[in-house]
Amino acid sequence: MNAHAPILSVTNISKQFGGIKAVNGVSFDVQRGEILGLIGPNGSGKSTLFNCILGQLRPTEGHCRIHGRSTDGVRPADLSLMGVGRTFQQLSVFPRMTVLDNVILAGQEHEGSMVSRLFGRPDAGLTAKAEQLIEFFRLSPYRDTEAGSLSYGQQKLVDAAMAFMAGPEIVLLDEPAGGVNLTMLAHLKDRLLTYNREHGTTFVVIEHNMEFVMSLCTRIIVLAQGEIIAQGSPDEIRSNPMVIDAYLGG
Amino acid sequence: MTPTRIILVALGIAALVAAPLGQGNYIVYTLTSWLLFSIAAMGLNLTLGYAGQVSLAQAAFMGIGAYVTALMTLAGLPWIAAALVSVAASFVVGLLLGYPALRVQHHFLAFVTLAFNILLFLVLRNEEEVTGGSFGLVGMPRPSVLGISTDSNLNFYYFALACFLFAAFVMWWILRSPWGRAFKALRENPIRAESLGLKIRRQTLLAFAIGSAFGGLAGALMPPLVQFIEPGSFALIHSLKLLLMVVVGGAGFFFGPMLGAALVILLPELLRFTEGYYLIIYALLVIVLMVFSPNGLIGLGQKIWLGFRPKQEERRDMKKGFQL
Amino acid sequence: MAELIQILISGLAAGSIYALAAVGFTLLWQASQTINFAQGEFVMLPGFFVLIGMALGLPMWPAVLFALVLSLLVLGAAFKKLIVEPMLPHGTLPLVIATIALGLLMKESVKEFYGATAQPFPAVFPQTVYNVAGASVSAQDIGNLIVSMLAIGGLQLFLNRTRTGRCMQASAQNPGVAEILGVDVKRMVLYTFLINAALATIASVLISPIYLAKFSNGETLGLVAFIAAIVGGFNQIRGALVGGLLVGVIDNLSAVYVSAEYRQAMPLLLLIAIILLRPQGLLGTKEGRAV
Repeated sequence: MNAHAPILSVTNISKQFGGIKAVNGVSFDVQRGEILGLIGPNGSGKSTLFNCILGQLRPTEGHCRIHGRSTDGVRPADLSLMGVGRTFQQLSVFPRMTVLDNVILAGQEHEGSMVSRLFGRPDAGLTAKAEQLIEFFRLSPYRDTEAGSLSYGQQKLVDAAMAFMAGPEIVLLDEPAGGVNLTMLAHLKDRLLTYNREHGTTFVVIEHNMEFVMSLCTRIIVLAQGEIIAQGSPDEIRSNPMVIDAYLGG
Repeated sequence: MTPTRIILVALGIAALVAAPLGQGNYIVYTLTSWLLFSIAAMGLNLTLGYAGQVSLAQAAFMGIGAYVTALMTLAGLPWIAAALVSVAASFVVGLLLGYPALRVQHHFLAFVTLAFNILLFLVLRNEEEVTGGSFGLVGMPRPSVLGISTDSNLNFYYFALACFLFAAFVMWWILRSPWGRAFKALRENPIRAESLGLKIRRQTLLAFAIGSAFGGLAGALMPPLVQFIEPGSFALIHSLKLLLMVVVGGAGFFFGPMLGAALVILLPELLRFTEGYYLIIYALLVIVLMVFSPNGLIGLGQKIWLGFRPKQEERRDMKKGFQL
Repeated sequence: MAELIQILISGLAAGSIYALAAVGFTLLWQASQTINFAQGEFVMLPGFFVLIGMALGLPMWPAVLFALVLSLLVLGAAFKKLIVEPMLPHGTLPLVIATIALGLLMKESVKEFYGATAQPFPAVFPQTVYNVAGASVSAQDIGNLIVSMLAIGGLQLFLNRTRTGRCMQASAQNPGVAEILGVDVKRMVLYTFLINAALATIASVLISPIYLAKFSNGETLGLVAFIAAIVGGFNQIRGALVGGLLVGVIDNLSAVYVSAEYRQAMPLLLLIAIILLRPQGLLGTKEGRAV
């Protein structure tokens, strides 16, 4: 595979719901190591686009390819095994399992076979790796705590740790900043940036919190009414009059 | 396992070994049937408490095990061979039933298993040439282990205890393996589990088939214990009874089904003085338990135990993640 | 031919009563994801309420009214308030168990407090039998069919044509949005439970003269309601209606053409076939994949 080939390529995606075109002819590529922000006002089609990329929605036209492989109709489990991590908008941990078990679970299906997972080691040999990630997110004190009893922000961190556990090449983050307080937000951003720098993992982020997106992403795509109206570096986006219009003019 | 746990388990086993000593036949028999139902309930607990699927055919799987074993041992084959075939047959039937049912919606497995249990009952009752119809089958021999006959009730108790301990060990092994973690994850948040690479349909199906195989093992112990089997022992009502055992004890807890089985078997004895009202009282108790402690008796105990410790309320904002 | 017509009509008549139970079952599922394993007992019990009313000296129709009121209170309001509501936050499983136990409670209570023997029940319709083109058709069958159809038709009109009915549908389809739009979702759910109780009462009054009132009547009725609801399509009233009629006809056909031993198996085989081939039910629409 060509080292310069984009890790994610979105080609001319359109998605129609009845008479409404939620996404209309969107194309873009994401290179390895990029942190791409997808922003836009409510109803701009970014969630629809996100779900098309994840193979959850079948685009009316066009296709999304990750590593050159179409994601259309790929089941979530297989997408994960293809090296795509994701987080959810709502809290998505396993509340009655410990933080350690949450994180190990996120990796175990990528190790060995069904048979080795039954007869092999109870932790699938992942404890050390999981502990490393837990430490990376500064969650070590809660290693053996049930995830459901952590604070909202901490659960978001567990969620992120799970998304990284299988060593994905690309992670799709669905509103990671939603509902997280400022201190925790700074911590989360710092961890994401560090992880990106250390592992070269590609991120695609959907986010409402402008400040967070601007300081996290290397490139931003702005959607309005299902189309890309602007893209570029955070600075370019900040000063783009069309973007300001889209947000203020509605 | 922590040392305390190992000691507790050792004490528990010692108690089980000592329990029937000096007891009359009736008590030994009751204890043996408790062991047997515990095995079946343990299996159902895997399906229900861990993988979160309702099976209403656990008694039918016991029936498969019981009839296969009865017919094979009556034909002169050794019990162990019959038991292996029973377990395998239940596992395969579980796969065949579960595969289509789990392809679709929510609680379809409940409906498919419900229909299966009634159908199996009809077949057992009507195919007289093979199953003996409503007269059932009699005269199944009890197995000998290393030349020791289990014809005495006490010996058979120890034989059943060995099977029970084996089953419990297998269950413990499964639950501590990555499979066990996957089962719990399925129950708590299947959508998230799937996004992490878990093939949830396959895993759920396996939980159900393994749970059914436990039913088959319990069933295989029935002909030598009772020495008489008839379709009525595997009717739908008994599946519901097994379901009650699991839920009343505490679904999703390792010892829940054993506690539940003890209660469901002992309660009629305890409530005997109430005569005909015992089922009414029993049903009321179950409803009250479900309203106040959906996690069963172990859940209730845990709640009381943790009562004095401030525990964070489960977050309402997570509700969404649970929905299918 | 005449025999076939006879079978079809009595099958439809029985099926229409099953449909009443199935519709209630479906409504509860839609409104609150309650799988009511006690639905059969819900149909068994009101018949005994009628008998109790008559034992208290009421003539038949006031006794039916008395039974309706009792059913609304016990099977509707109390069931919702005391059992379903506290358990909903814990998911469907404890509720499934609780309704199983509730069915047992109702059955055993009737057996202990009223009697284990089948009780004669006053006929709603005259016992006349008409001869139509060689087939004997009983007034009872025709009456049952008409009353059930009127009840279900009326319910359908209520749900589609009235404001309350539409609010109920909205609450069932998307409680979150309905709440935002100012619908009192809790009240709508309560209405659903009351409607289920009323349907059960009608079914009970219609079916008890045929089967006689017996504590164990619920066992088969509950199962049949179940099968009817799933066969027709779990998320639709029309589906439950079609399912009910179909199960009634199949049951009557197999009583004649299939060995007595396996008569009971036919509806079950239908159920399994539907789940394998058309899991959303005959008239149902796909709700999505489960696991």
